[in-house]
Amino acid sequence: MTSETQPTPREAHPSKGTIRVVQLYPREMNIYGDWGNALVLQQRIKWHGYTPELLEYNVGDDFPEDVDIIVGGGGQDSGQLVIQDDLQARAEQLRQLADEGAPMLVICGLYQLFGKFFKTSTGPTIPGIGILDVETHGTDERLIGNVIMKSAEFGDILGYENHSGQTTLGPGVEPLGTVTKGAGNNSKDGHEGARYNNVVASYLHGSLLPKNPAIADFLIRTAAERKYGTFVPGAPDDDYARLAREHAARRPR
Amino acid sequence: MLSFSVPLGKLVRTLSRLRGGGSAFPGLVVEKIDPGFMQRTLASLPHGVAVVSGTNGKTTTTKMVVELLESQGLKVFTNRTGSNFTRGVAASLLGEVDWRGRLDADIAILELDEAHAVHFVNKVQPRFSLLLNVLRDQLDRFGEIDKTARLLEHIASKTTDTVVLNREDPRVARIADTLNGLDAVHHPSVRYFGLDESLRSTFPNDDEMRTGSGPSPSGTPVAAATGDIVALPAADVVLRRVGAQDADFEFDGKTVTTAMKLRGVYNIFNAAAALSLARAVLGTGPVDTPKLVKALGEVAPAFGRGESLTVDGQPLELVLVKNPSGFRLGLKSFPAGGYATMIAINDNYADGRDMSWLWDVEFESLREDGVEVLTGVRAYDMALRLQYDEVPFGVVEPDITAALRTFIDGSRGKPKRVFCTYTSMLAIRRELAKITIVEVVS
Repeated sequence: MTSETQPTPREAHPSKGTIRVVQLYPREMNIYGDWGNALVLQQRIKWHGYTPELLEYNVGDDFPEDVDIIVGGGGQDSGQLVIQDDLQARAEQLRQLADEGAPMLVICGLYQLFGKFFKTSTGPTIPGIGILDVETHGTDERLIGNVIMKSAEFGDILGYENHSGQTTLGPGVEPLGTVTKGAGNNSKDGHEGARYNNVVASYLHGSLLPKNPAIADFLIRTAAERKYGTFVPGAPDDDYARLAREHAARRPR
Repeated sequence: MLSFSVPLGKLVRTLSRLRGGGSAFPGLVVEKIDPGFMQRTLASLPHGVAVVSGTNGKTTTTKMVVELLESQGLKVFTNRTGSNFTRGVAASLLGEVDWRGRLDADIAILELDEAHAVHFVNKVQPRFSLLLNVLRDQLDRFGEIDKTARLLEHIASKTTDTVVLNREDPRVARIADTLNGLDAVHHPSVRYFGLDESLRSTFPNDDEMRTGSGPSPSGTPVAAATGDIVALPAADVVLRRVGAQDADFEFDGKTVTTAMKLRGVYNIFNAAAALSLARAVLGTGPVDTPKLVKALGEVAPAFGRGESLTVDGQPLELVLVKNPSGFRLGLKSFPAGGYATMIAINDNYADGRDMSWLWDVEFESLREDGVEVLTGVRAYDMALRLQYDEVPFGVVEPDITAALRTFIDGSRGKPKRVFCTYTSMLAIRRELAKITIVEVVS
């Protein structure tokens, strides 16, 4: 069953409208705090003066209608196996949304499965849904640690990677950023994540959005513009995000 | 060889202690010159070796098992905090053996870090093992939780007599199935410690975290990967109820109520674990149950595990938080009302470098009373986390010494509580030792 996890907050001012966020497979694909991304979207939608509606989509659920933002996280290899059939069944719907410009954030495991395939190091190949022109090969090398990358679109992006799948990008996507600390998509290319239309894909946990509010606001702005034609931002207080970024940037790999 | 290695190792131990540190170094020396030392010494124990492992609660549980067995008159060898790896065990042994290498003990109860336990059991097969849980802990060290579960599986497979498993943790309970594949000769028996249905909702496991649905309405555990309802095996010891200062344990078909010095539901659940292991060790021999239960009630928390110090005539509680489950249980077990609260978050290697785990903890329970001080290397990550949960907070001061002073000065006359990661707890204890009595941990 799809369920609302949070009641609609009380509003001091009339809402500028509802923005519906769907979290993909929180049961299996929610590791290393990726829930934080959904929480940040929910709170910032509110702080911008809109009404957030946060829905969960799990294996076997009816897919929610009128989706404004999709967010999905990482999981164990076992979690990827559990969701793969259901994800294939939703592939067409998700691809259409991405092609139409729906904003999406996919992290780690779902980044891999939004690509063409994930060939695991132990043999089996998990087919992806091909929204992103990327492919991933499992390795015995685990890329772990703090990451900083430069992005023309979002400025410096900070986070934490922990993956043994190595992803290579095809011509249909752009990297999210160029790594200045850490590995990123793989141990050779020096870039991290992928961009296609309004899809943002990344290996970074942290969670990603709290310390990178520019990405959160991009997703919210895109959703509002698609739904209401315009985005009227509020003024979230990002002082602590700025300070947390400054301190995080000084930490070792 | 034998005649030289032990005296030499003991000498190195004495010298390195005089230097003030290096707890494992003498272990390295004796390992090099006498690789059979540890196996030989432990093999001489009449009740053999019991290993306690899992991601959370090893230290307190090991302490409890030791005190339970001592209440029955057994002489117990155990390793000290901070030496929960093979070389550390060898170093601890050196401290206890006589100059001829003899250990005056009936059994060894060893707390072993899950990765190091694998190396240890390859050298010394334990007669008993107690496997507590697999929670998201320091994942940047082990990679994935499923991998950690496989480490515990290996410990179980090397155990010769009895494996004690947490019935409520699907990844641990499942280990019983893997043991069935072993040859009958090597097949250890399995027993479980468990929770009453009414308490299960206070122990969310990592798979149930943030699913919205939470534990299924009946409180029946759901197999992590499949969502299937699993039938629970009978448990040797079941924690039935946790009161403010007491708890009910069920074993041998009877329910026993005892006063508890331990605080925190998860500590008391580990008491059920300890009791089950102690019962396995005592086996069919005579058991003085009243003494056993009395010992259980008198176990004091291990350092930093809900330990209470006195500052300005008021209690100051240190609650170690190492991972999301531990933090959530800590918040649930130690309610905020009436307390001044400080949170100290470091990201050193021993804490885990990844801050993601803070986003898997809900802090709503602190909203009403707020948090006085945030400190540690990642104080601002914590501030950001509280901002998103709309929890008010006062001072943010990454420097722990300065923060602690502000916290104590600002909350005079109030009981205080500090939630802290491992290395921040060590720093806080060092500071507190200047103003109050703090147990010295070597």
